[in-house]
Amino acid sequence: MSTTSLAIECNAVKKSFGNVNALKGATISARPGEVTAIVGDNGAGKTTLIKCIAGVYQPDEGEIRINGESVTFDSPESARVAGIETVYQNLSLVEDLTIWQNLFLNREITKNLGVVKILNRAKMREESEAMLKKLDVYIPSVRSRTRGLSGGQRQAVAICRAVGWGSKVVIMDEPTAALGARETMKVEELIKKMKAQGLAILLISHNFEQVLRLSDHIFVMRQGDVIAGMRTKDTTGDELVALITGSAKRG
Amino acid sequence: MDTKSNPGSASKPGADSKLSFKQRLRDPYFWSDWLVVVAFLLVIVVFGAINPSAFLSIYNLNNILVASAIPAIIVVGQTFTVATAGIDLSVSSILTLGAVIFGICFTKELPVWVCMLGGMLAGMIAGIINGLIISVRKINDFIVTLGMLSIAAGTALVLSNGRPVQIINSGLANVAINEKFGVPYLMYIAFAIVVFSHFLLFHTRFGVHLLAVGGDPDSARAMGVSIVRIKVAVYGISGLLAGFAATLAIARIGAAEPAANTAILLNSVAAVVLGGVSLFGGRATIFGPFVATLLLQALSNGLTIIGVASYYQYISVGIVVILSASLVRNVR
Ligand SMILES: Nc1ncnc2c1ncn2[C@@H]1O[C@H](COP(=O)(O)OP(=O)(O)O)[C@@H](O)[C@H]1O
Ligand SMILES: [Mg+2]
Repeated sequence: MSTTSLAIECNAVKKSFGNVNALKGATISARPGEVTAIVGDNGAGKTTLIKCIAGVYQPDEGEIRINGESVTFDSPESARVAGIETVYQNLSLVEDLTIWQNLFLNREITKNLGVVKILNRAKMREESEAMLKKLDVYIPSVRSRTRGLSGGQRQAVAICRAVGWGSKVVIMDEPTAALGARETMKVEELIKKMKAQGLAILLISHNFEQVLRLSDHIFVMRQGDVIAGMRTKDTTGDELVALITGSAKRG
Repeated sequence: MDTKSNPGSASKPGADSKLSFKQRLRDPYFWSDWLVVVAFLLVIVVFGAINPSAFLSIYNLNNILVASAIPAIIVVGQTFTVATAGIDLSVSSILTLGAVIFGICFTKELPVWVCMLGGMLAGMIAGIINGLIISVRKINDFIVTLGMLSIAAGTALVLSNGRPVQIINSGLANVAINEKFGVPYLMYIAFAIVVFSHFLLFHTRFGVHLLAVGGDPDSARAMGVSIVRIKVAVYGISGLLAGFAATLAIARIGAAEPAANTAILLNSVAAVVLGGVSLFGGRATIFGPFVATLLLQALSNGLTIIGVASYYQYISVGIVVILSASLVRNVR
């Protein structure tokens, strides 16, 4: 066991799809109680990197450590078991299911009758309300279908689900890209609350103002490499733009 | 209690949070769920008005229930596959294959329950093969089950040499002929399967995962739900039910027939659509397609009674299906 205070460490992670080298040896780290942002142009490899951490992809080379321990996840499920939850831009909730069904998807509370696992609906509804309340998210009824919710409400439910399972790390891939200004504000409030609860948050965002507002640390990716990493207070929007487009260099 | 959005106050845990009646009326699914019941009542009222003494006689209503039993069982399996955004076109020939396996076991003088299990096992295996090819090889449901339709039909012909086997068994005949409280035994069996399947779909973990896979496979996978397991289970159940329905078909006609019964396939797809199950998956009821099955049987029964030749009945069933599908689409 290492005594590191890092929640996530990626060391020289490589991943190729056929002859596309999506990650050429990416190294990043993230601390608990902090928002760590990853920025970069489209195709820079941000999504591929977080999918390696979330167990969707398996790195070709390199190492991922969670709380100091080296891990290999063969599926998103094993990453979830290890306390890593992911909130995607679109791919998150099943619209045809109710809110409580989504919150408990594959984490259902059941009474087992032989091989048949009978849902304990009352308990799941009750705990769903508690999960939403923990982050001050107000939704008319946990029994309503997710289809009827606004984009912001959906993302709030997805975030509550990510936080609700004793997770240590929450990864967010452009969580506000599909949202309006007011809904974006609400999601940012949620991110601050998660941070205050001591979670390590990995945030991918195209919105520089958002990154500067929310994050404690920023990594810049370009063409499969992490080309810079710095504390947020030590940088500016202009510098980020320059780094992303390749007109500036920084260690 | 008012359940409108109220951002200022927390919703009280344990408080009644059922959707209000008004909210329900605005939910388009509410209408597609009830459409079939209204249509069924309409069929009963119309034929009842045209020829009450023949159509509404106990004898005739009993006939409708007997004729509905086997399609009602097949339709449960079809509902499961459609709920995962799939379809099972092989049900009719899996039923035939199950009947042939039953016949082979019977001629070997095995007990009836072993013959029945043999038919069910054959159906389940064919279904599992469907599910595995669809989910592991990621080949379109339509193509795979269309292939299985032909394979199972051919296997049934090969195994039986194309000859029917007479099945004389008093227990089976008893099930096919008798009734209790005016309801045929066959319908009790079908209804028990319907109720159990409703329970499976809405009160178990399997049911939620099934709907999740049908509604949004990528999201379901991201939450660790196995698409392969659900697809294999769903097609396995559909095959199992078709194999079981084979026993009831044998009980009704007293023989294991190797000829395919294609009407039952059209019927099952029609009942699923009429019953308000979304062909895009993720959204289903078990009772809707069940009522739709009764509706379709009542319709062809009524048309026969008022003297419409069976050729025209094919046309009418087709029209009803397309009409209902477009109605449901408009409501949504
Ligand atoms: N599943 C995949 N198959 C093939 N190429 C992929 C796949 N996922 C990503 N890529 C490629 O890898 C590169 C990085 O993509 P991505 O990680 O999505 O970038 P970003 O999220 O930074 O926009 C791109 O060139 C993209 O086309
Ligand atoms: Mg991306």
